[in-house]
Amino acid sequence: MQLVCPAGNLPALMAAVDNGADAIYVGFRDQTNARAFPGLNFSDVDLTRGIAYAHQHQRKVYLALNTYPESARIGEWHSAVDRAADIGVSAIIAADMAVLDYAARRHSDLARHLSVQGSATTQAALRYYHERFGIVRAVLPRVLSLQQVERLCAASPVPLEVFAFGSLCIMVEGRCQLSSYVTGASPNRHGVCSPARFVEWQEQDDGSRTVRLNGVLIDRYVEGEAAGYPTVCKGRFDVGGEVFHALEEPTSLNTLSLLPQLARAGVVALKVEGRQRGAAYVASVAKVWRRAIDEHQASAENWSPRPAWQDELSGHAEGHQTTLGPYHRSWH
Amino acid sequence: MKLSLGPLQYFWTREQVLAFYRQASEWPLDIIYLGETVCSKRRELGTRDWIALAEELSDVGREIVLSGLSLLEAESELGALQRLVRNGRFTVEANDMSAVQLCRENGVRFVGGPTLNIYNARTLQLLREDGLYRLVLGVEHGRELLRALDEQTRAGGESLPELEIIGWGRLPLAYSARCFTARALDVAKDQCGFRCIEHPDGLPLATREDQPFLTINGIQIQSNDVFDLCPELPELDKAGIDILRLYPQVGGMASIIDYFDAARRGEPPVARRGVRNGYWEGGAGMNLSSQ
Repeated sequence: MQLVCPAGNLPALMAAVDNGADAIYVGFRDQTNARAFPGLNFSDVDLTRGIAYAHQHQRKVYLALNTYPESARIGEWHSAVDRAADIGVSAIIAADMAVLDYAARRHSDLARHLSVQGSATTQAALRYYHERFGIVRAVLPRVLSLQQVERLCAASPVPLEVFAFGSLCIMVEGRCQLSSYVTGASPNRHGVCSPARFVEWQEQDDGSRTVRLNGVLIDRYVEGEAAGYPTVCKGRFDVGGEVFHALEEPTSLNTLSLLPQLARAGVVALKVEGRQRGAAYVASVAKVWRRAIDEHQASAENWSPRPAWQDELSGHAEGHQTTLGPYHRSWH
Repeated sequence: MKLSLGPLQYFWTREQVLAFYRQASEWPLDIIYLGETVCSKRRELGTRDWIALAEELSDVGREIVLSGLSLLEAESELGALQRLVRNGRFTVEANDMSAVQLCRENGVRFVGGPTLNIYNARTLQLLREDGLYRLVLGVEHGRELLRALDEQTRAGGESLPELEIIGWGRLPLAYSARCFTARALDVAKDQCGFRCIEHPDGLPLATREDQPFLTINGIQIQSNDVFDLCPELPELDKAGIDILRLYPQVGGMASIIDYFDAARRGEPPVARRGVRNGYWEGGAGMNLSSQ
């Protein structure tokens, strides 16, 4: 199983390589990818350097081009595909059909992965992208149980990559308009959920803090209470007179304990979320997963997740909490 | 301008559903969408029942379209979708790429549902090659996105397919593997007891300062606001919209359909009954001025 790690800048890419990532996925510094944060991502020069570094160490670099261009802006996505091919990434990760189609026609040798943003959860949907655009891999949305992943691996026309660790989108990726609904800035089209320019923190006299997204109260924290990044899905709301995390707690996905099952199912790649996180995060997470995968490969029968690994991973989790998420039926 | 009755998004008892569509057969509608689009566990009506209802309603001169699930997880759901696609008589609303592929494989024309992520003319063109004959615009689409889609389609020497827009109802905003109704009622999804049947218009979710915000509907999250594009009807007409989709709700549907029917027949405008849709104007969907 390949370990696919995120990088939001060149130091993070190098840290991923140094700590055992088999492939690193990155994005350009624009809205063509789903982590379009200010100050993040790669210029063409940095990407060229990053690829050179990765190739020196026999690693691959994938480019996320996984937002949905609207008609008037499609030229930017075409040009991003051209640049990706020219610079020499090993694959693009795309969701929009027009982008996949353009890449397949113009750069047939450039491998195409279906992004998680493509929302493909069945063998029929995967067949579509395979037959239509020749995808060679698909990343599954974080909605399927382990058993469903196992079945899909057996039936899919292409090898599958799944999310292993990181922030947990609880909605089907590519099908969540919560942030768009509140801000008008669309994760699908503009590549960012809860854009910082719409987030407003306010400290009250009693030491409590409120956080709003475009004026809408997402949560309120008492003094000293840990606060997560204010996405709508991780806020506390009132349903039927009770205030709670009605959609999800601030928590991160951690599937380390499922590594043997994922390997047995035939998953080809494990993805770590977090291009918005720094080099230290990437280094630490990559290192743990590299060791876990290697030890499992060396001796699958005797493998179990080490407590020290889990501690290290939990340290990077939102609210220091982790979950098996949708892989485990009880989460649903 | 045609009027369509969108698929029922909530879970009602079998009797409620059948009574609702008996009434609907007398409303001034052109198209009726039938089927379960949210949760495959809702089986007051199964695939076969929906098809039987479709046959009954088509006899009264409406175009009937069978709507498929928006999120598929299990093989069994794909099997049910296959049965829907192979019904032999009615077209299908594809709300997931699984349905697009099954329609393509079976040579069945389809309506592209609002969850397909069709944002540009080339994507639309590819889907037309696959058999799309009508597009229901995604919730984010407003006048500018539509204008660009039209211009780019024309630049390619083609014209847009039939266009449908959500004219009335709570906007479908997100889907998850998790059932939020079960979570709110503190029961496991696998033992949910089909409790969403107790909330025939969904379960309201408000912010901690009591601002109505969203609606929980099983695995789907909707807006709290009921959006209303009726006052924009003349503009929608000019922009090339052919069909206004009105989503079923538990009460007052007949009067809502009359409200839209009067507007399309050119009767003098009346006050907006729902909420102005910010997406149409190119902004946030949510009406933020009410805070």
